[in-house]
Amino acid sequence: MSTSEPLSCLHEGQRARVLSILESGAMRRRLQDIGLIEGTTVECVQKSPAGDPVAYGIRGAIVALRAEQAAAIIVQR
Amino acid sequence: MGIRSPASPAAQRQSGLELVIALAGNPNVGKSTVFNALTGMNQHTGNWPGKTVATAQGRCRSEQGDFLLVDLPGTYSLLAHSAEEEVARDFICFGGADATIVVCDATCLERSLNLVLQIIEMTDRVVVCVNLLDEARKKHLRIDLSALEQELGVPVVGTSARSRKGLNTLLERTAQVARREYCGHVIRPHYTPAIEKALAVIEACLKPLSPEGPSVRWLAVRLLCGDQSAAAQASAFLGYPLKQDPAVCDAVARAQAILSEDGIERQKLLDQIAACPVLWAEGVAAEAVFPADSDSNARDRRLDRIFTSRRTGIPVMLLLLFGVLWLTIAGANVPSQWLAGRLFAVQDWLSARFMAWGAPDWLHGALVLGVYRVLAWVVSVMLPPMAIFFPLFTLLEDFGYLPRVAFNLDHCFKKACTCGKQALTMCMSFGCNAVGVTGCRIIDSPRERLIAVLTSSLVPCNGRFPAMLTILSLFFVGAAAGPGATLLSALLLTVVIVLGVGMTFLCSRLLSRTLLRGVPSGFTLELPPYRMPQFGRVIVRSVFDRTLFVLGRAVSVAAPAGLVIWLLANVTVNDVSLLAHISGALDPFARVFGLDGIILLAFILGFPANEIVIPIAAMAYLSTGTIAELGNTELHALLLQNGWTPVTALCTVLFSLFHWPCSTTCLTIHRETGSLRWTLAAIALPTVIGFSLCFLVASAARLLGIS
Repeated sequence: MSTSEPLSCLHEGQRARVLSILESGAMRRRLQDIGLIEGTTVECVQKSPAGDPVAYGIRGAIVALRAEQAAAIIVQR
Repeated sequence: MGIRSPASPAAQRQSGLELVIALAGNPNVGKSTVFNALTGMNQHTGNWPGKTVATAQGRCRSEQGDFLLVDLPGTYSLLAHSAEEEVARDFICFGGADATIVVCDATCLERSLNLVLQIIEMTDRVVVCVNLLDEARKKHLRIDLSALEQELGVPVVGTSARSRKGLNTLLERTAQVARREYCGHVIRPHYTPAIEKALAVIEACLKPLSPEGPSVRWLAVRLLCGDQSAAAQASAFLGYPLKQDPAVCDAVARAQAILSEDGIERQKLLDQIAACPVLWAEGVAAEAVFPADSDSNARDRRLDRIFTSRRTGIPVMLLLLFGVLWLTIAGANVPSQWLAGRLFAVQDWLSARFMAWGAPDWLHGALVLGVYRVLAWVVSVMLPPMAIFFPLFTLLEDFGYLPRVAFNLDHCFKKACTCGKQALTMCMSFGCNAVGVTGCRIIDSPRERLIAVLTSSLVPCNGRFPAMLTILSLFFVGAAAGPGATLLSALLLTVVIVLGVGMTFLCSRLLSRTLLRGVPSGFTLELPPYRMPQFGRVIVRSVFDRTLFVLGRAVSVAAPAGLVIWLLANVTVNDVSLLAHISGALDPFARVFGLDGIILLAFILGFPANEIVIPIAAMAYLSTGTIAELGNTELHALLLQNGWTPVTALCTVLFSLFHWPCSTTCLTIHRETGSLRWTLAAIALPTVIGFSLCFLVASAARLLGIS
């Protein structure tokens, strides 16, 4: 299980490590500020009723990301 | 688009001895609670990120000295350049703060430390306040404060601001730092060797300038990253254009050459600079938080499964809304009747006194039948529901439920091409539309912020729904009070509110497709830990600060409005009262929309405060006859006498939901958008919707022969 995939592919309860972020500019910086840098472990905690956004556990905090942002974060399980 | 960013605060130092202290921190770490506890002020607090949208200042006198505290907006970083981040950065660097307290969340320390490290890079004079220690203890987390102090090289103080623990020590150590009496050595994060080499070049060049505000190192990092905004602010602060200094430009160029030699291009540099404090924070947290890897949030996850999961998220949300409304209705019924009885008894007593003094009829009419009666009405109809709804709403807010609402509803906002934080501003609008408009500052994108402002009055504020409630229960439930009746009233009101929320989505979507075209910007929303609400404090504060404030405003508007109505009803031209003239003139127009002249006049007079619409309408109807007492049964009879039908009631409720925002909201919209055009648009939008819906309902009723 070492293939890379977007964070949005994770199911509830699954964990993965961040490989890279495809966003640029202020959004990239914002994601880095909440602790999403290369090597960070992320857990898919809870999907919202519509399935988007999804709440992720990042460095002890729970942060909801929309599918577009999650798709731009490449992770490895 | 004419949206103003929040103004940079300027500290108003009272005397040379007063110390100016900035209060920074992530959103939702209890910064405002620390601020309130220190200053004795009552800045509204709530368990959701981004509540402090404007900076507040407060004074604190203590044995340690006099302090001027400036509560900065909560931010995760000071480098992503949103409006509130720039406000916070500029104040810490250039605002003349003697020290900065960085408030951290003990239950989520690693996250908070990222900001601490960014601020430590800017200035030496930092005190770290690890707040919410009580919450951490409940989660069996232990924070080693002295290890933390050693790792950071600045004073670290543990507090539980809600129970005022640790605040004296915090002030003591802050005073030390501000007076430059603290002799520790700040430990700053180190970047990779290549970046350090490049920074050394710029630092050497900047040292002779020795800025009093930000540290040389921070300025060097900003220049290396090509941060135009920081460079401009620093130049303005130093009174010296850095960018035009050939030596500085040369140093920056040499530093960048060093980086490119090492194969570090711009994006990689920015990434490494962003990653450094995150990794450093991870290391520091590992030294100071025990146990390092505990599943302390299991309870929160269980609650989240109830409040936000696919199957239960939306039903539970509707159930909570219904529950809050039902408690409000059921609880308000009896006190409303009681208040009405008492206040109208006072009216009789006042009348008797006026007669006994031999006061002229017009004086008695104007003061007692005009001013007093409308005041009594506003108080008896409005006070009980508000005094129940506000505390219930605040309890949910304190508990941490509002971000979950935003989480549940975000998909709809995304479809409307707007920001998910609009759900938060919409929730604030339930309390007061004007507060909702101010709250829109938490939305970064100007386009999305403007949409949120324009649609803010599509949900009923607390001033409007007692009126809706009264009409709904009189005409669609029946006046009999009982558990069944209150449940049905609550259900109808829930439907009305859902209609308002649905209209918010629809209008946001339409605006995104037409006037304010654009794609939704990305967004991140923290779901903070649930906290046990402070029941006593919430109830006291929401009754005193919010309920009485709103009621005070309503009363101050109702008194003159009552006088105006009385005058209109009693000044006659050609033997017909002015009121009859005006309502007669409005009547044909109003009838098209299922209303009547009096109702429309009441809505117009209710522009300064929506609370007075129904009392004003009742007053106007009453001016042609008199009734001894006004309970719900009498009000129902009065409305029926004046030709109300269920269609009139439905149209009045719809028009109450969708019509022009009250004057306070209009002024707030003008202040926030800085544009008369957008203010007029915000007035036109709900008004057009209201008239259209009423027209549809009235026409349908006419076609079906109902009215």
